[in-house]
Amino acid sequence: MTRSVRRTRRMLQVAGAGAAALLALSACSSSSKSSDSSDKPDTSSSASPKISGNITVFAAASLKESFQTLGKEFEQQHPGTKVNFNFGGSDTLAASITGGAPADVFAAASPKTMAIVTGKKDAVGTPATFVRNQLEIATLPGNPGKVSSLKDLTKSGLKVVLCDRTVPCGAAAQKALDASHLKLTPVSYEQDVKSALNKVELKEADASVVYKTDVHAAGSKVQGVEFPESAQAINDYPIVLLKNAPNAAGAKAFIALVQSAEGQKVLSQAGFLKP
Amino acid sequence: MTSLDKPGAAAGPRTDRPRRRRVGTGGRHGVPPVPLLLPALVALVFLLLPLLALIVRAPWRSLPDQLSSTEVWQALQLSLVSATAATAVSLVLGVPLAWLLARTDFPGRRFLRALVTLPLVLPPVVGGVALLLALGRNGVVGKWLDAWFGITLPFTTTGVVIAEAFVAMPFLVISVEGTLRAADPRFEEAAATLGASRFTAFRRVTLPLIAPGIAAGSVLAWARALGEFGATITFAGNFPGRTQTMPLAVYLALQNDPDAAISLSLVLLAVSIAVLAGLRDRWMTGA
Repeated sequence: MTRSVRRTRRMLQVAGAGAAALLALSACSSSSKSSDSSDKPDTSSSASPKISGNITVFAAASLKESFQTLGKEFEQQHPGTKVNFNFGGSDTLAASITGGAPADVFAAASPKTMAIVTGKKDAVGTPATFVRNQLEIATLPGNPGKVSSLKDLTKSGLKVVLCDRTVPCGAAAQKALDASHLKLTPVSYEQDVKSALNKVELKEADASVVYKTDVHAAGSKVQGVEFPESAQAINDYPIVLLKNAPNAAGAKAFIALVQSAEGQKVLSQAGFLKP
Repeated sequence: MTSLDKPGAAAGPRTDRPRRRRVGTGGRHGVPPVPLLLPALVALVFLLLPLLALIVRAPWRSLPDQLSSTEVWQALQLSLVSATAATAVSLVLGVPLAWLLARTDFPGRRFLRALVTLPLVLPPVVGGVALLLALGRNGVVGKWLDAWFGITLPFTTTGVVIAEAFVAMPFLVISVEGTLRAADPRFEEAAATLGASRFTAFRRVTLPLIAPGIAAGSVLAWARALGEFGATITFAGNFPGRTQTMPLAVYLALQNDPDAAISLSLVLLAVSIAVLAGLRDRWMTGA
């Protein structure tokens, strides 16, 4: 009896301490909007309206590396701003935007997923295509499976992962396969392009059909194999300002940066094609 | 969590302590005090409202069409089979572990108990990655499995069962361990004095004594396994008929057809309620 009382008491103490720690942590990490809107003296001599506060960008998983670079650049250009990213499968992002997620900018990996958002009247104006992306096969370093074409992926004994057809990279891969009249049975349909790539990086799969930019970003962890059919399935990437944007001015400035020569340079370096 | 922390949560009345009955008004049939009643009602609404919303907003008219696809039944079948298999694995391995934690004393036992509960708090996706690093084709142990036996676990139904067991077993271990701690060790001691070996005592005395606790733990573990998403999609991938369980099907359907996702969720909800209700009548009366 006393043992159980002691145990309960200790449990409560531990739980209490844990909860307190969590609260303290969350208090630290919660970005207070009020401090952002404090009247700082305007140091920039430019005549453009002062941009400040948080900008929330929902972007396709394949944009991760280049957008993070651009986000840092943006924060340097506009002191007092903070660009927050939410990277994921374009369809998941579109679903959460139409579900009312508070985002300023949406950059999708296909017009089809963008149409989910524009169809629900959640965007302002027409989306602009800012880059294009081509598929590439990612294989293990050294290419032990001797993959040199899309057809080689249908060899038996080769573990291939594809993106799920609901995701742009999966739809594009399917298009390329259909164009070359190939039937491919993968071991898994992954939920976004990064997890498809991860399976090859972790050596769990022998090959995957991902974007050129993903192969580029993975560095030496995977080896890219180009295939001609990828020209049949090039993805346009549209970007748009969202209707319920909490920070529309910041969102416009970020979209401008993405479309500027500077932004395009960063994106080209990551392996994207010009729109 | 709290129901797991209370020793003997599902073990019925404790035997080593007489229950003090309050005499007079109140007790079991009086009016509950307002400071308890209000939050209790809020909690109830909070837990049931989302489920009600799911039922209210369900596309009843198109439901038959959506549920007639083979993929749905494949996913449901796979879910039920793998959750049951994961529960079986958890029982075979977890009950002995719970006994070890509750009935033996060795240095570091508390620490070990804490380690066992880690998968409970680990984000499931992280659990999936950890499983890949351990049992994947290139994993610490998986490498040898592949080299010696040609066994690869990711992207297989076995992988689904492993992922589910990994997240569900701690539930079972903790709840059985709590039951064991609450059970009176004197019965086992009596059996030992009568000449039973420790294992015989466990088999003939302890097991029947803690059966309700094991049943409750199994139900918890089964329900957890049925709803498992993160570890499964990370470790076993997503392939219809082989590794696409119901939660994965729901998640991917949500991307392009929210109505289909709601219908699938309803099926899962109905199955869970049916199973839990069926087990309640059988096992958990009076617990």
